[in-house]
Amino acid sequence: MADKVLEVEHLEKYYQKKHVLFDINLSIQQGEVVTLLGPSGSGKSTLIRCLNGLEEYQKGTIIFEGKKIVPTEKNWQQIRQKIGMVFQSYDLFPNLTVIDNILLGPIKVQKQDKSAARVEAKKLLKSVDLEDYADVYPRELSGGQKQRVAIVRALALHPDFMLFDEVTASLDPEMVRGILNIIKGLANMDNMTMIVVTHEMNFAQEIADRVVFLENGHILEQTPAKQFFSKPKTDRAQAFLDSMDF
Amino acid sequence: MSSSWNIIQQSLPMFEKGFVLTLWLSFVGIIGSIIVGLICSLVQYFKVPVLHQIASIYIEISRNTPLLIQLFFLYYAFPVIGIKFGAQLCGIIGLIFLGGSYMAEGFTGGFNGVTKSQVESGKAIGLSRWQLAKYVVFPQGFSLSVPAMAANVIFLIKETSIFTVIAIPELTNTALDLIGMYYRSNEYLFVLVVGYAIILIPLSIILTLLEKRVRYGSFGN
Repeated sequence: MADKVLEVEHLEKYYQKKHVLFDINLSIQQGEVVTLLGPSGSGKSTLIRCLNGLEEYQKGTIIFEGKKIVPTEKNWQQIRQKIGMVFQSYDLFPNLTVIDNILLGPIKVQKQDKSAARVEAKKLLKSVDLEDYADVYPRELSGGQKQRVAIVRALALHPDFMLFDEVTASLDPEMVRGILNIIKGLANMDNMTMIVVTHEMNFAQEIADRVVFLENGHILEQTPAKQFFSKPKTDRAQAFLDSMDF
Repeated sequence: MSSSWNIIQQSLPMFEKGFVLTLWLSFVGIIGSIIVGLICSLVQYFKVPVLHQIASIYIEISRNTPLLIQLFFLYYAFPVIGIKFGAQLCGIIGLIFLGGSYMAEGFTGGFNGVTKSQVESGKAIGLSRWQLAKYVVFPQGFSLSVPAMAANVIFLIKETSIFTVIAIPELTNTALDLIGMYYRSNEYLFVLVVGYAIILIPLSIILTLLEKRVRYGSFGN
């Protein structure tokens, strides 16, 4: 039995009075790839944002690597170094060059050795075919290139766990494949544990070990990926898949 | 009757003194305003207890009262309670009191202009509150605040003309004095306008260039 990286127990989230996540229970094994699927507004993004403390939750527990998280900002700062996150809007820091974007975390947060961190950052850039772009500013990159840098920036901290929040949603179709291949490589070659929120059904099918299907803040089903895409447990998920046309 | 040209020529040495004084008072006032503004905006950004409330009160008072009234207070009312400054010091204090709040609002506007998603992606790599400020929010916030700062600089220089009411011999005061003595308002007002234009037009051009440069340097994410 593999180790559990993350466990979520009875998590509830409200925006003021609006109840947005209901009794979320979820556990993720070492090396597992979980895809969060569901219609827009179902709470997918909110859920993964709760998992690295960008959103507060009002009830429930998150256990990361066997330790219950006490949700203070200080604790989250520590935990976020272990949980990498990549956003839809890439959000590289426009005031820093590509390499400085990547090195900010390793050098300032983790106090890694500067020259070693630099060598590693270059290696990571090479792995996403951007070795020539170390010293340019983000504004000179295309969307797909920015997103690759954003992934490298998260990986440079040596996270144990990655969250991908619709990372291809604002990219040209042409760029999408490249990003998805990088994520797939992480899953298959590096055996990275990850939660992926996506609208790319083909990709979800290729990469996922398990699908968590959300609607209106409820987890309707958690099903091994193969089964989910051929015969989901709930009619709602079946309707969702039928509507996606892939 | 001497010709207009003669009148202007004879007044130039006096205007020159006023011109230098306007420049000097503006310079000191603007530097002081930037320092006060920066302190207030940092206190507000980090929500430093007590100081943060004091800064808010100061900003409200300063922004919602005219400089004229602030100067009257400093120059005429404060001596009543035993605090007395010379006219020029009053002017500088008044200008900094006014400018500090405008500069504070400018900086705060810049910090607030840094998007939430920038802040979140900083948090996501484990930056502490201070690191987030130092590497993400302040560098971007300062460049966002440059247009507001530039407008404030021009505004404060123009506000120095109000110093005339407490008899500081800057440009406007010089002109009004000369008009009072020789009744040649057309000539003296003309020189006065030219005097301000010599300061403000080149400055405005330089500041516009600076804004463009900063915009190019840090935007287009």
